[in-house]
Amino acid sequence: MPALPEDWQEAGFGLYVHWPFCQAKCPYCDFNSHVAGSIDHHRWTGAYRREIARLRELTGPRVLSSIFFGGGTPSMMQAETVQAVIEAAHEAWDLANDCEISLEANPTSAEAARFHEYAAAGVNRVSVGVQALNDNDLRRLGRMHDATEALNAVETARDIFPRVSFDLIYARQDQTLSAWKDELETALDLEPDHLSLYQLTIEPQTAFGSLARAGKLHGLPDEDLAADMYDLTQELCDKAGLPCYEISNHAPEGQQSIHNLIYWRYGDYAGIGPGAHGRLTLSGQRHATEACRNPGAWLEAVEGGHTPEVSVQPIPPVDQAREYLMMGLRLSEGVSLSRMDKLSRNSLRSEKLDMFQGMGLLMQVDDRLQATPRGRIVLNAVLRELMED
Amino acid sequence: MSDGNPSAGLEKPVCPYHPAIARFGALTLILSPFISLFMTELDKIRNFSIVAHIDHGKSTLADRLIQETGTVEERNMQAQLLDTMDIERERGITIKANTVRIDYKADDGNIYVLNLIDTPGHVDFAYEVSRSMRAVEGSLLVVDSTQGVEAQTLANVYQAIEADHEIVPVLNKIDLPASDPDRVAEQIEDVIGIDASGAILASAKTGEGIREVLEAIVNQLPPPKGNAQAPLKAMLVDSWYDAYLGVIVLIRVIDGVLKKGDRIRMMHTGATYGVDRIGVFRPDMEAVEELGPGEIGFLTASIKQVRDTRVGDTITHEKRPCVEALPGFKPAQPVVFCGLFPVDSAQFEDLRDSIEKLALNDASFTYEMETSAALGFGFRCGFLGLLHLEVVRDRIEREYDIELITTAPSVIYHVYLKDGSMIELHNPADMPDPTLIAHIEEPRIKATILVPDEYLGDVLKLCQDRRGIQLDLTYAGNRAMVIYDLPLNEVVFDFYDRLKSVTKGYASFDYQLAGYREDNLVKMQILVNEEPVDALSIMVHRDRAETRGRAMVEKLKELIPRHMFKIPIQAAIGGRIIARETLSAMRKDVTAKCYGGDITRKKKLLEKQKKGKKKMREFGKVSIPQEAFINALKMDG
Repeated sequence: MPALPEDWQEAGFGLYVHWPFCQAKCPYCDFNSHVAGSIDHHRWTGAYRREIARLRELTGPRVLSSIFFGGGTPSMMQAETVQAVIEAAHEAWDLANDCEISLEANPTSAEAARFHEYAAAGVNRVSVGVQALNDNDLRRLGRMHDATEALNAVETARDIFPRVSFDLIYARQDQTLSAWKDELETALDLEPDHLSLYQLTIEPQTAFGSLARAGKLHGLPDEDLAADMYDLTQELCDKAGLPCYEISNHAPEGQQSIHNLIYWRYGDYAGIGPGAHGRLTLSGQRHATEACRNPGAWLEAVEGGHTPEVSVQPIPPVDQAREYLMMGLRLSEGVSLSRMDKLSRNSLRSEKLDMFQGMGLLMQVDDRLQATPRGRIVLNAVLRELMED
Repeated sequence: MSDGNPSAGLEKPVCPYHPAIARFGALTLILSPFISLFMTELDKIRNFSIVAHIDHGKSTLADRLIQETGTVEERNMQAQLLDTMDIERERGITIKANTVRIDYKADDGNIYVLNLIDTPGHVDFAYEVSRSMRAVEGSLLVVDSTQGVEAQTLANVYQAIEADHEIVPVLNKIDLPASDPDRVAEQIEDVIGIDASGAILASAKTGEGIREVLEAIVNQLPPPKGNAQAPLKAMLVDSWYDAYLGVIVLIRVIDGVLKKGDRIRMMHTGATYGVDRIGVFRPDMEAVEELGPGEIGFLTASIKQVRDTRVGDTITHEKRPCVEALPGFKPAQPVVFCGLFPVDSAQFEDLRDSIEKLALNDASFTYEMETSAALGFGFRCGFLGLLHLEVVRDRIEREYDIELITTAPSVIYHVYLKDGSMIELHNPADMPDPTLIAHIEEPRIKATILVPDEYLGDVLKLCQDRRGIQLDLTYAGNRAMVIYDLPLNEVVFDFYDRLKSVTKGYASFDYQLAGYREDNLVKMQILVNEEPVDALSIMVHRDRAETRGRAMVEKLKELIPRHMFKIPIQAAIGGRIIARETLSAMRKDVTAKCYGGDITRKKKLLEKQKKGKKKMREFGKVSIPQEAFINALKMDG
């Protein structure tokens, strides 16, 4: 008799590989990245392979829908490492026919020169960190490329990879609405098949965070300008045929990031590498995993035959429902109410649902609860109320 | 407690004012072989206080005198020995009277007993200052030779003159390059009108002139007068609570001799006690056998609460009382009132507990339970002034770890009703129906402000804006002295901050209460999302209501975070809206990036934001942050 389907199967299974190194730390970034003098690529390759083997023991046979190399700066990885990881994953799990293998890349010419090797290693999608199309702003963001180099890198990538996405950061210091309009139009003229458009967020543990605390980070847009910029972004992307499928992500139907959809649809994902997080259903129970953040310690743990995880916690049903809601409402498709109910009964406060529907921030279409475009831009406030104890 | 941190408060066996007791408890009452246990002859005693402005070096000078005479061993010295509360050290102010007995071998070969009383240095404690001044015969007038005389110095030096003190001017900080002793000496003569030709040049920092100061105390200050054979007459100078010893009473003996075991009577309260211990401060407590005329020391008598002792009261023997009490006794009179509410309403009982404990040690602080529709249960508290309010509030927050919402400070209005009766209005929320009111009177003050003439215009404008009436304007050198009659209501809140800001800190300010006067006063309400918020109601002059109302609604628009709907914020008198702002609906509140690793982080962030929301108070559908209640009242202009 076949086992009952587990919840994660609604959204699939992916592998996240964290490469923790960068050439330099960007002032806005609070990801787990480190600047290292020398990197022993051979050791890292071995460690990633061991981790994949360990996780395979835990998950058993599964179909793997995606592999994602994130960081840090994964375009610093040697193609041999990338290839070894893909091969190990292939040995461990059944790769889906359309398995998406993405790699985040910086658009410097040196990195673009390696694109061929990554493609040969099996990467079929790159996400290029363009960030801005204005040299002065790129410098303020601490980036090491200029706008021309970035556009060239995108062109190179399109010649090599079947799928290419790029990122822009907006709502930057001293950015006007019309400047952003010009910049976004330039980006859309390239006819990308996927765009990630993030508003600059000041995180406490960053150089920008300390500047902001000292009152020295000037020219950030206020709430109204930031909201205007977001609205304009939706309008221009819709017109260009790149509707928003997630708060900061745009793509036509069929070009969405399979890997990221696993997160937002609350599937299972194994995270390997320093600081990587995972959600794994083991023996019918979903767990949250978190690896130690320090690259050296992580490497030593794995090489010493230990688990590099600092935390493996079962997630109570009500928290699973919350996590699904939190992630799912970011998507324009929203969440399935029956799936919510299966995770945890009555986890939504019906009077709040009614209130937000009345305010035009949420809507219900058959089994799906969705945030409206107006609701998405205030989603944190909506979630706070929906999740109130 | 050995680090001088009194934050443990009254929970632990510590005295908040005298660290030594905390260190050793009752065991500090050792018999020292170095001092006489019996009373000192009058002509070998000198009692003095130090009059100075904040930062002019009073505490450092006191430290130096103590050090120079070897009263405290070098290794036990810590800066600002006498200021023992955190708040005192942080703000450089003295809240409780402190005292130290110094034995000094003078150039004439005799050993003198010098008693220094360190008086509170703030207008809020003017009565306490006046009592301390009456307990000594002379004062050191310490003036920063780089700065000159300040208004607060003036107020205190006048108290000293009123108490018939001999005054020795000391020009401090002569080690600094900006020091200008000649100019400052001249200013002392001009402004205060005392001879400053013999002023001592000193640097409490380097120790220069300290010996001269000690010699001047011996040679220029008069010894106390008194009669050891007369019935006991002693002044209660101050008192505080100690967990081991109960209430410790600081006294100055005028006539007679006080011994351990004596039965005493407090002449104003009528209470009688058996004296358990007597002693002196060096500055740690040391027991003595007796205290005679002219001496300053302490007694303990199993007194349970500081409330049972009144500053300025006269202590005499139960069996052989003196005929007349000392003149000048006044019961403590709170003049500023505000509501204190716990941010977390579950902490109400903790707040009650902390307020009761603080009140044990502070007779001038009053409280009664208050219920606010908006803020729930709390206390309406009365204070001697704004500093006193801040000190009490800080102590509750720090020592008892209770976050507080402080409502608008208010004064006592006299509301005369048409039926001829009068109500003392402490809280605008209790204002009677306006149709029943004949007229309202408000308390006024006489304010003295000293300011360099380049800021005079700004100061006059500030005083006029606060409904002041100019009484006098004179010059001393390039400094102007202005005297204004001002409504206390206009001063209690942020007048002093504004004064400092418009004069870049160069003005000094002092005031005394000056009676009640009728004026056109109304109660202004604030409505948030159409609901009146009683904690934001204030009394205001009719002519200033629009301006104040506009300022408050504009401020609140900044202070209240955006909600998911529009919120009207209005000021109203009776049913009439006099000012209105609209807080727009929230437009953006979303996390830009959220991937696999961010789920846990984002969940934590949302939890944190929910907690942040708990620090706000709900008024209907609107959450108002705690700091809005006070900040809404601050006027920028």
